[in-house]
Amino acid sequence: MIAGIRLGRATRLTTMLLAVIALCAGLVIGSGALSASASTAPAPTPTPTEEGDFTSTYTIGGILRDGDNLVAGAEVTVEGDGFTETATSDDSGRWSVAVPGRGEYTVTLDVETLPDGVELRDPDRASATVGSDEWLTNTITRSFPLGVDTRQTTGFFEQFLQRFVAGLNFGLLIALAAIGITLIFGTTGLNNFAHGEMVTFGAIVAWVTSVLLGVNIFVAMIVALILGGVFGYLNDWLLWKPLRRKGVKLVQAMIVSIGLAIALRYLYLFFIGGDTKTMNVGLSDAVVLGPVRITTGSIISMALSVIVLVLVGLFLTRTRIGKATRAVSDNPSLAAASGIDVDRIIRIVWVLAGSLAALAGVMLALYRQVSWDMGFQVLLLMFAAVTLGGLGSAYGALVGSIVVGLFVELSTLFIPPDLKYAAALVVLIVVLLVRPQGILGRKERVG
Amino acid sequence: MDWGNIFGNAVGEIISPTTAAYALAAIGLGIHFGYTGLLNFGQAAFLLIGAYGFAIPTLAGAPLIVAVLCAIVCSVIFAFILGIPTLRLRADYLAIVTIASAEVVRYIVTTTGLTDFTGAANGLSGFKGTFAAVNPIPEGTYGFGPFTYNEYDWWVRIVGWVLVALASVLVFLLMRSPWGRVVKGIREDEDAVRSLGKNVYSYKMQALILGGGLGSVAGIIFILPRAVQPANYTTGLTFFIWTIMLLGGAATIFGPIVGSMIFWVVLSLTQGILYGAIESGALSFLSTTQAGQIRFILVGVALMLLVIFRPQGIFGNKKELSFSV
Repeated sequence: MIAGIRLGRATRLTTMLLAVIALCAGLVIGSGALSASASTAPAPTPTPTEEGDFTSTYTIGGILRDGDNLVAGAEVTVEGDGFTETATSDDSGRWSVAVPGRGEYTVTLDVETLPDGVELRDPDRASATVGSDEWLTNTITRSFPLGVDTRQTTGFFEQFLQRFVAGLNFGLLIALAAIGITLIFGTTGLNNFAHGEMVTFGAIVAWVTSVLLGVNIFVAMIVALILGGVFGYLNDWLLWKPLRRKGVKLVQAMIVSIGLAIALRYLYLFFIGGDTKTMNVGLSDAVVLGPVRITTGSIISMALSVIVLVLVGLFLTRTRIGKATRAVSDNPSLAAASGIDVDRIIRIVWVLAGSLAALAGVMLALYRQVSWDMGFQVLLLMFAAVTLGGLGSAYGALVGSIVVGLFVELSTLFIPPDLKYAAALVVLIVVLLVRPQGILGRKERVG
Repeated sequence: MDWGNIFGNAVGEIISPTTAAYALAAIGLGIHFGYTGLLNFGQAAFLLIGAYGFAIPTLAGAPLIVAVLCAIVCSVIFAFILGIPTLRLRADYLAIVTIASAEVVRYIVTTTGLTDFTGAANGLSGFKGTFAAVNPIPEGTYGFGPFTYNEYDWWVRIVGWVLVALASVLVFLLMRSPWGRVVKGIREDEDAVRSLGKNVYSYKMQALILGGGLGSVAGIIFILPRAVQPANYTTGLTFFIWTIMLLGGAATIFGPIVGSMIFWVVLSLTQGILYGAIESGALSFLSTTQAGQIRFILVGVALMLLVIFRPQGIFGNKKELSFSV
């Protein structure tokens, strides 16, 4: 471990401010180099103003996807005001048509051009309209919900197994990141809302090294693991340690983490753009194991998750530092009194959390794709997992994550897939109603 | 760079209906967090429920009053659903549950299964008729300089800001009343209030309903100049309302209003200046989309600095801070 550099409180806060300023300056300078890779895809506009976006072209576009698979080669025609143009969806399922102005258009998906086995979930909705009063921004999105061709569905039991394996994979992946959340909460009391951005960080590092630089994915994983640890360390050193010194209250610190999450998220958007990046690293071959179809990427991801989780478990129970971590988690004052360097333990926890989150990010990138807000999308599921298992308990986080992962995937057997995250969050609320301390939590943790 | 236009747009934001809607939502959040100490991270859900609760009945042919009442009743029901499991728990559980519920309602209105009611991802439009019909202002364009709008735009602004004023007076009177003293007591020390025989749970629930109701009215104002789009109600909206509330001061009367004005004027100014600089070639390496993103990076950094260095906001009193958890 790097020895903590002793700096005065004022110096630390100045360092932090300088870091923020340097970050902003760096981003303005760096954007020139990266703007070439920035996409022209429809930019997410978080709060459309009345005037809308200021780009000069008007486009109608969307992404065609069947579940998690992107649909390429399908044709979409946009007609209106004497204008007709057809776009074909690309490898990332994306299609877009530049239109002459803010008029009324009809958007029609040519069902014949969809791949075999993919069809509209609702056959009556092959076309959609765009009204002239909808042009609040210069980009309008139209989606065509696709579903599996119902004539080819397999039996319920096969589907159940398929979803079960997918859920287990997703749950293990959430567990990697959630253990970091729960360790940070246990040792410092902080609910870190910027944890999703640590996950995105790992995914972006892996995407840059494996896709842009062409390095082997396993090397990229190790790079992400190391840089993630460095990122966690910097988080603690530049921000959280000075704030602990300053005596900032926990709720205050939680809102600071929200601010950090917003800043980092838009920083990622600034650099990599708003479109989804595909991770074509040769791990998407399907393997058939009995009734279950699974990609090699998923098998590797599950195996790695289990190995890493076992290692983390051994670290926490068998090593001196791990025992010290649990001691700090139980009672920081008592731990400090018995000679444990609490600040050092917290630093180690941040490095560990950063690495695990980055690893989860790489696996999430293999499971879905890479996008600027991917970590934030799963942040709530991680919180749900941690709360379900009992805040502050590492084993609880594991159990909670697997419950959430299985629930997300298995719920799609009964409800529309676009509600699967909602279902997991509803379960969180119901569990809090009947067992507020979570599955493995201790009762005194509840206020 | 057209400075006149840039400043004109920025000044126009001071009285825009969006500013009024955010101010109203921040007043509601102020009741939750500033006065009662509830960590509500789901204010966006109340705006969403106000918006859909108003738009769906209106599109089904309901009169204005019925639609507004429907929006408010829906938000009260939602506050109960939110409050019953969580108000007995520690503050950070409420934070996680409110943020989760806000996402749940957003997933629900976006699901394709409900397209006939909510328009799914495309949202709803064409609900402005009943509100425009009660507009007493004759047709035409009024005002001067940057404040030139047609009759509908003035009507939305007037109604929006009258509601903001009424809400501020309501909060001012409530917080001077015995009810206000009890909720402020809950913020400071729940157990002390409980020992006086007050039902803390019930007071918290009332505060949640009141602030949520203001949030749903803000939701109606927010959609009157635009269409309902589910993508507007992400957690980002909640965090912007938090930034506005903390900027002005959480437990203050004018804080949310001034906070909202500053927030939108600064956003409009930075957008105008960045876009102007890009057009004039001074920042040619940036794209306009990236310039828009820089503003939100700044919002995040501003929120962090604000909470660290001036948690009481512009108007706030450091003694009245609900950061004691």
